[in-house]
Amino acid sequence: MSNINIKINGIDVSAPEGSTILEAARISNIDIPTLCYLKDINEIGACRICVVEVKGARSLVASCVHPISEGMEIFTNTPKVLKSRKMTLELILSTHDRRCLSCVRSGNCELQKLAKDLKVEDEGRFDGANNEYEIDYSAAHMYRDNNKCILCRRCTAACSKVQAIGVIGANNRGFTTEICSAFEMGLGETSCVSCGQCIAVCPTGALYEKDNTTEIFEVLADPSKHVIVQTAPAVRAALGECFGMPIGTNVEGKMIAALRKLGFAKVFDTNFAADLTIMEEANEFLDRFKNGGKLPLITSCSPGWVKYCEHYYPDMIENLSSCKSPQQMFGAIAKTYYAEKMGLDPKDIVMVSVMPCTAKKFEIGRDDEDAAGVPDVDYAITTKELASMIERAGIKFTSLPDEEFDMPLGMSSGAGVIFGATGGVMEAALRTAVEKLTGEELPSLDFMEVRGVKGIKEATYNVAGTDIKVAVVSGLANARELLNKVKSGEADYHFIEVMGCPGGCVNGGGQPQQPANIRNFSDLRALRAKALYDIDVTRSVRKSHENTAIKELYAEFLGEPGSHKAHELLHTTYVKRSIN
Amino acid sequence: MGSKTANTIPFNGTAEQEAELLKVINEGKNEKGSLMGILHKAQDIYGYLPIEVQKIISNEMDIPLEEIYGIVTFYSQFSLTPKGKYNISVCLGTACYVKGAGNIYDKLKEKLNLEDGGCTPDGKFSIEACRCIGACGLAPVITINEDVYGRVVPEELDGILKKYNDAE
Repeated sequence: MSNINIKINGIDVSAPEGSTILEAARISNIDIPTLCYLKDINEIGACRICVVEVKGARSLVASCVHPISEGMEIFTNTPKVLKSRKMTLELILSTHDRRCLSCVRSGNCELQKLAKDLKVEDEGRFDGANNEYEIDYSAAHMYRDNNKCILCRRCTAACSKVQAIGVIGANNRGFTTEICSAFEMGLGETSCVSCGQCIAVCPTGALYEKDNTTEIFEVLADPSKHVIVQTAPAVRAALGECFGMPIGTNVEGKMIAALRKLGFAKVFDTNFAADLTIMEEANEFLDRFKNGGKLPLITSCSPGWVKYCEHYYPDMIENLSSCKSPQQMFGAIAKTYYAEKMGLDPKDIVMVSVMPCTAKKFEIGRDDEDAAGVPDVDYAITTKELASMIERAGIKFTSLPDEEFDMPLGMSSGAGVIFGATGGVMEAALRTAVEKLTGEELPSLDFMEVRGVKGIKEATYNVAGTDIKVAVVSGLANARELLNKVKSGEADYHFIEVMGCPGGCVNGGGQPQQPANIRNFSDLRALRAKALYDIDVTRSVRKSHENTAIKELYAEFLGEPGSHKAHELLHTTYVKRSIN
Repeated sequence: MGSKTANTIPFNGTAEQEAELLKVINEGKNEKGSLMGILHKAQDIYGYLPIEVQKIISNEMDIPLEEIYGIVTFYSQFSLTPKGKYNISVCLGTACYVKGAGNIYDKLKEKLNLEDGGCTPDGKFSIEACRCIGACGLAPVITINEDVYGRVVPEELDGILKKYNDAE
């Protein structure tokens, strides 16, 4: 694409044809403030915060959606522009619940930052009649406080466009407009899948995950409890962002140190259970593949995806792998094998998991997730909640030394860590399944075709003379597209990996929120995923079936993958749900 | 929460109505932008758009229920509640309003225990506010189905309602 020449604030700028004014300004190091705009997700030019003056235009234009043209003269900070932005913001603030001090987003709120940047002097300038909304606590994983909602529509766009769900939208009109579900149903009554992508894009404190951190501080202080923690792969690739570290920094060692300082008896790794998942799932795949079982086999690690399948593709739940997710497998092993080894009553073990995911909060309450007769996992907290615990405990995260996971449930392979990125589960499963099928060692462990942030990836591998067709999708709108093709017979695969969030767990709904001006100009998914693939290559063991702690677990306790005991502890069931 | 009152009248849709609705949906479902027209026709068929009807449209057209509900609550011509056997319209146009129509409207809502757009549980009366009906000389004006009452004063409301209550 060719460049065109424009002037921004009197200075010549050359920018690619087709750019918006916002993008062109960025090239000349001017960050125009935005609020409703999210690249590729919410491009509606509605909030009017990003307005600029364009020579010859009748009125101010929304820079986020206005394309540049040859010779265009743009002014981004004239008194007229600054006055308009400020008044727009003051009007938004007039109906906003401004109790910022106790707000979850205090210090990390896009609206608060705008008020500072645009120099709002009187946030109550336009105060008048206001609506009062009850907070919706009905969902398992989050709440919605419409008193803090500014009607930017970023959440509804994420829900309907990115995730093809659309259980939230704007109801009524004018002053009574509110973001809600049909017939004012609570989110918990709808077919919301708990992915939390709405939370990830919310600029204010209107949407937030349910917080368990206070309860965890309480159990940590209870000497009768043995409190252990597992951390999902993607957490280490994003936790540092909460402490000002660059996006994509691997903070595994510091995270472990922080968890020890918080008082967890053992700091374990969900990656161990990811390896275990591969053992069970590769076995399940080979069994279905060789014995004419239901195919395609679809992964079941992502609880947002599993719930989506139950609501929207109930006729395909038999295609879902019966394997519990790594989080749940970990809890099941902790409360059986580990409890036995340590001589502990499973009732005295408190299993906390740190997840990049809000749907994990829903998952821990599912049926058939209680191997030892007590819930496999007691608390699932998000990356953000862990950061808030670290802050509250006064731990100087960035100064911590790197520490190592506890053994044996902290041992993992490179295959386990890439679970956190889209394609990772597929690649990990292929590393094991192909070797099992051929009985030979793989010459290369890198399955590049299934890597990367593309929404839908396909590959065919010839293994021992047979073609294995696989697909990898992330983001539920992509899953929908692919599943419709499978249902219509337009596409057929043997094995499909689905992750509910675009890019996989690294971009989960529980990960640190990055403001729009970062999201719009960088790819969080790719940056965070790179941290995981970098860890993979440094691991001495990169295949799940070569993890010695896993081998020991089977030898001492489970027997073979797919054994009766493995089935009892590590596999689960699904239910058909309706659409609401 | 929402400004439109939730419906309290049980849904009484017939198989004929549903067949008609499905026909309307099938005619329009592959056309871009056909949802508004289908909602209008659905309201013609049922008289209103309760959750049962919206769900049929949602399922058949593969459009999220919330998207449909958002549209229905955005436009004032769509109704979530059925019209009663006797639909009372109170003109709140400027002339009627200055002549005390607001008070008449409040009194009627109080007597029938209804909110704007509501319908009594027995399905007899519904009430709504409307804009100028062009009978300003008679202000304040109310209409009950096709009957027009002019220069209405609060004292005569009981008598007017009684007429319809006694009718059947």
